Amino acid sequence: MDAILFLLFAFVAVVCAISLVVQTHPISSALSLIGVMGSLAVLYLLLGAEFIAAAQLIVYAGAIMVLFIFVIMVLNAGAEQRSSKSRLVKWLGIPLFAVFIGLISFIIQSQLPQSKGVTFGSFTTATGLEIGRALFTTYLLPFEVTSILILVAILGAVVLARKEI
Amino acid sequence: MNFFVLSLIKAGLVAFVLLTTLAYLQWIERKVLAHIQLRIGPSRVGPHGLLQPLADVIKLLTKEGFIPTNVNTFFYLLAPVLAVTIALTAISVIPFGPAITIAGVETYMQLTDLKIGILFVLALSSVGVYGVALAGWASNSKYALLGGLRSSAQMISYELPMAMAIVAPLLMLNTLSLREMVAMQDGFYLGFIPRWSIFQMPLPQVVSFVLFLIAAFAETNRVPFDLPEAENELVAGFHTEYSSMSFAAFFMAEYANMITVTAIATLLFLGGWHPLFPYAYGSWLIPVLLFAAGGLIALSHGMNPARPFDRITLPITGVVFIGIGLAFAVPFLQPYILPLFWFAAKVGILLFIFIWIRGTLPRFRYDQLMSFAWKFMFPVALINLLVTALAVALTN
Repeated sequence: MDAILFLLFAFVAVVCAISLVVQTHPISSALSLIGVMGSLAVLYLLLGAEFIAAAQLIVYAGAIMVLFIFVIMVLNAGAEQRSSKSRLVKWLGIPLFAVFIGLISFIIQSQLPQSKGVTFGSFTTATGLEIGRALFTTYLLPFEVTSILILVAILGAVVLARKEI
Repeated sequence: MNFFVLSLIKAGLVAFVLLTTLAYLQWIERKVLAHIQLRIGPSRVGPHGLLQPLADVIKLLTKEGFIPTNVNTFFYLLAPVLAVTIALTAISVIPFGPAITIAGVETYMQLTDLKIGILFVLALSSVGVYGVALAGWASNSKYALLGGLRSSAQMISYELPMAMAIVAPLLMLNTLSLREMVAMQDGFYLGFIPRWSIFQMPLPQVVSFVLFLIAAFAETNRVPFDLPEAENELVAGFHTEYSSMSFAAFFMAEYANMITVTAIATLLFLGGWHPLFPYAYGSWLIPVLLFAAGGLIALSHGMNPARPFDRITLPITGVVFIGIGLAFAVPFLQPYILPLFWFAAKVGILLFIFIWIRGTLPRFRYDQLMSFAWKFMFPVALINLLVTALAVALTN
């Protein structure tokens, strides 16, 4: 049952990811990305990490992507126009893509023997309690630095958007 | 009993009760609003308009599902399905009562108990925006687009204070599971003050409760925050271009969301199915007296009827009500129906407040709505959260 669900949602995630790139309309792309987020949440759930799955849905699918959709709707962005093809892309695109795929597969190949495989439902330590404890003890500095970074980004957006303050 | 069979039976029961409640909630809303405005309300179909929801359903079912030109067909059809599916799914984690035993099978009055129940509901409510936003965008109409935009901006803004208002009682209850939450609110201080979150030491969560209710009004697009469907500006807002069952889907989603938020408020702040005062002091008498009083009023009106058919319908209603009231006095039935009564009563009172406010308050202006969310609700929620955290930290 777990394996079937995994295959199903991994397939959905990959299909949505491909559709995200292939679609020409921004709304369709954004919705495909939501599909990816949703199936990732299900994959987390299969591993047993309920809290992370819910956080994935709330933060990514619920908050960030809603803002994306909102901006696309406000700007009323239409379908993308195909630009006159750049010669660089035409000649270097496929070789560079092949190199990228090769690199990724090489890294995975070299890392694979050392890493332990995961099993369904084994990742049960990711409760709200454990995550909170880890964030405020082990990872306190990165956590606070990230929040300051986000604060800076928000302030920057406000300053850029409102020139006269 | 087989887990799947049991789940199927429970799901069927819950779906039946939920859909009936949805239909009749609309009837109750129309009736209450009418009486607030000194009208009679639906009164043509069936006694006192009681069959009006059925008539509405038949009307909507048989109406032509019309797709306007130049809409984005796929998203236009997807949006109502998304809205109603997400809204109805949330009910699956709501517990209605404690564990009961029927014919030797022990089960909870709940479809499923997730360890992250409250987060699941929050996730669904945040994903629920897409139905509205997509409907507004795909309809290719300026009214619908403006309605969809307003709705998504409003739901994003009010989600924050709502989540903050939820976190404060969670700090005291110390669990994310909705069933354990209710279990934590069991018992009484000094023998008669219930340990509900709004009364619970170290810090009674009255502020959180009020914040949650206000945010819930905005999340469900209800008056005074119903700008997404402000009739005098936007026709009907995001569902202007919808008819037939796709329109009904949005309608159902709105009422299902109302039931979900009131149920969450009940579980989180009002102690779920725990009674207002101890059983030993006669809390079981309340439903008996309430139903008996309702029945007697119906009987006395049946004696001198205002309309000819009241002579038959009101006495029947009265006898049924008295019968229901007496059922609460039977010790054998009490463990099953008393929790249900308290849960339904709390949810019902909150729903009545929703309708009452709709009949009382005018609509906000859009900039007022936004500044209210960001300049009042959010800071108050933050301060409330900090004070609660401090109180919890000091008492532990």
